[in-house]
Amino acid sequence: MANHNISVTINGAARAAEVESRLLLVHFIRETLRLTGTHIGCDTSHCGACTVLLDGEPVKSCTVLAVQADGRQVRTVEGLEQGGKLHPVQEGFTEKHGLQCGFCTPGMLMTSVALLERNKNPNEHQIREAISGNLCRCTGYVNIVKAVQYAAEKMR
Amino acid sequence: MIPAAFDYHRPASLDEATALLARFGDGAKVLSGGMSLLPLLKLRLGAVEHLVDIGRIAGLEYIKEEGGVLRIGGGTRQATLDRSELIGGKYAILRDAVPLIADPVVRNRATVGGNLANGDPANDLPAVMIALGATFVARGCKGERSIAANQFYKGVFSTALAQDEILTEVRVPVPAGRSGGAYFKLKRKVGDFASAAAAVQLTLDAKGAIENAAIALTNAGPTPLELTDAARLLAGKAPDEKLFADVARLAAEKSSPSADRRGSVEYKRDMARVLVTRALRKAVERAGG
Repeated sequence: MANHNISVTINGAARAAEVESRLLLVHFIRETLRLTGTHIGCDTSHCGACTVLLDGEPVKSCTVLAVQADGRQVRTVEGLEQGGKLHPVQEGFTEKHGLQCGFCTPGMLMTSVALLERNKNPNEHQIREAISGNLCRCTGYVNIVKAVQYAAEKMR
Repeated sequence: MIPAAFDYHRPASLDEATALLARFGDGAKVLSGGMSLLPLLKLRLGAVEHLVDIGRIAGLEYIKEEGGVLRIGGGTRQATLDRSELIGGKYAILRDAVPLIADPVVRNRATVGGNLANGDPANDLPAVMIALGATFVARGCKGERSIAANQFYKGVFSTALAQDEILTEVRVPVPAGRSGGAYFKLKRKVGDFASAAAAVQLTLDAKGAIENAAIALTNAGPTPLELTDAARLLAGKAPDEKLFADVARLAAEKSSPSADRRGSVEYKRDMARVLVTRALRKAVERAGG
């Protein structure tokens, strides 16, 4: 089966690779590009641990083919910190104890970043709705909501 | 999980896409948002030799109302539909249904055409489109044809689309004045398919009686289930709780869900009854009754 040459801008840097048709975006990110911040959780598009931003929109990268990202912009958790300074959302998760084991956190962060880029002042309901495709099995959502609210305030 | 190997094609036009589908026949599948197809391939519940990705074909993403018809491009993302100011109001049933599909991150990829053309009786939009009296535009090598939503579904994952056809547009007739609709879905959690769900769209006459109505159920049989007998029972009658109860009971009798982790047949039938009642009540309220 044919391979494809793709080029993807990942966290602002252009990367090119030859990939198999069936390679999943999450494997391209983790194994080809060695960016292992993006996690694989359920691997069935339920849990959202693998969420990355594709042209600014959160998507579950376990259910996108790498070839579908050809020519697109991808942002992962590694792209959030800028010049040694945490993104306000990362800071919020730290300050408000928005994580415990941390497995869902990269996906939670990316979904939250996209929410705040679209809506600077989300209410609690909107935050809960936005992260409803991202599952956390230990902290629960109370502190995650607080973390996003913290970040929203910081970003205003 | 990794899908079995396949070849990937990214046509730039519908003509190119339909030609590829014709050429590869049964070995080819259309890839739209991929939110149903890719999990299926990953779980190896299905295999395909050629994926024809229509995601880059320009002009398949739009929502517009013109000439008495709401036209939705097949490639329109469900998230885009959810944010559209055109839905809601006359199309309150869509405003109800879209946020209940999967979850918000999935809806960023999932398309309207994909949800409709996949032929999964658990998908939400088919029942909604049947209730709205929509037609689907199918584009194949030989041109376009229209298929009524209530004639489209033939069996589990089986539709009226020919091998070389792509669902390119949904056409919803603009509801008449004094119309209302509603979609009620019971699911265990965000992201789940319906344990039961009911779509109702109806129009009231000048006296407030029901002029016409359509009812359809999700996940209540091998295809989305249109309940013509139950809808006929409504026609010409003044809406009241007794009528809703009679219609909902008939709807529950006609539904044929399967028992699974979401519940027994009896439970799902009874939930269909409850949801049809609620959808009728809400639809009449929205129609101004």
